[in-house]
Amino acid sequence: MATTVDARGLSCPQPVIMSRQALEKGGFPIEVLVETVTSRENVRRMAEKAGFKVRVEQMGDEFKLTITE
Amino acid sequence: MAKLSRFFASRWGIITAGAVVGILAPILQKLGNPGNMGICVACFERDIAGALGLHRAAVVQYLRPEIPGFILGALIAALICGEFRPRSGSAPIVRFFLGVFAMIGALVFLGCPWRALLRLAGGDWNAIPALLGLAAGIAIGVWFLKQGYNLGRSHKASAVTGWIMPAFAVVLLLFRIFRLQFSEGGAIFSESGPGSMYAPLLVSLAVGLVIGFLAQRTRLCTMGAVRDVILMRDTHLFGGVAAIVVLAFLTNLLLGQFHPGFAGQPVAHIHHLWNFGGMVLAGLAFALAGGCPGRQLFLAGEGDGDAGVFVLGMITGAGFAHNFALASSPAGPGAFGPAAVIVGLVVCMAIGFAAREKA
Repeated sequence: MATTVDARGLSCPQPVIMSRQALEKGGFPIEVLVETVTSRENVRRMAEKAGFKVRVEQMGDEFKLTITE
Repeated sequence: MAKLSRFFASRWGIITAGAVVGILAPILQKLGNPGNMGICVACFERDIAGALGLHRAAVVQYLRPEIPGFILGALIAALICGEFRPRSGSAPIVRFFLGVFAMIGALVFLGCPWRALLRLAGGDWNAIPALLGLAAGIAIGVWFLKQGYNLGRSHKASAVTGWIMPAFAVVLLLFRIFRLQFSEGGAIFSESGPGSMYAPLLVSLAVGLVIGFLAQRTRLCTMGAVRDVILMRDTHLFGGVAAIVVLAFLTNLLLGQFHPGFAGQPVAHIHHLWNFGGMVLAGLAFALAGGCPGRQLFLAGEGDGDAGVFVLGMITGAGFAHNFALASSPAGPGAFGPAAVIVGLVVCMAIGFAAREKA
């Protein structure tokens, strides 16, 4: 079952912490919503370092990261 | 541009930014800035507070152009790269007081994290207890983060929210350029002491702009560097911090500015307990606010109104620190500095406990 992490408006490290908790729980694909480029980079770096695949889409001035195994 | 952005986001990008800070800071010192204070965000904001008359410590009053330079450099980078995003609303009043106590802690040590690194790179071993204190304070902050500490979401705001700190930076620069005086009041410039020591205006401003630009692109943050290592064993930001120390050490050697020892260091004292304790408080406040003083300026430049409030809190904190004998001097801690550190730790811990989000 897909999981959504809404980290919009939160500044790092919160989006990274929330994404990591979601990764530990499983439930792929995990969609992470963030607002800043910094959060987008940080979440992507964390997930890729942990060996997951990350796809990024820009939605208006927000970003959706889809993390898959 | 995309390729450049990828470089800045890479490990070598952050190391480059740190290296540039490490090289330029000792050069600013050579050109006139105070000893081991080529760049110090806390000290420079304190000098600005003095120049604006918010405190009356006659030796530390100067409108440091580096600070507006940092804000405007970050603004330029954010505008070019489409990252300028006016936003606010994540507990600004809490961030204001975190800024106040961050400054009080930093002025008990006599420096922000950047200056702690630069002091280490200049041979001032008093920076060692300070950096240990900084790490300890950040570790306490990480503990709160793990308990669910969160100041809440910020929201998109109108353009004026994003532009107000850059506008403030421009006003500060104009005050400096024209040395504005209003009858008895107006900007005050030290005639002796560290406040009277400064690099040429245009050099300081140019260095500020360059560092502001690079730091916005790379997210350079001393607090984040330590936090990420403790929180998730991520050493990305730490590369920037290491580069500052290594390059500043080498540049100091070349310029004849490396003088190892504890005693007689410029704008420093040798009370280890309070060098440590001051930075525990500062580190905790930075961790709870999500960025070191430099990072808060860069965020303010890219439109983050909450970071701007933290900066104003720090400038206000400098007023308290010098008006109420909290700040240290080369002779040692101020009369009420140690008490203020303890009060600050209690307040910051209370904020940490109170702002936990229930799971």
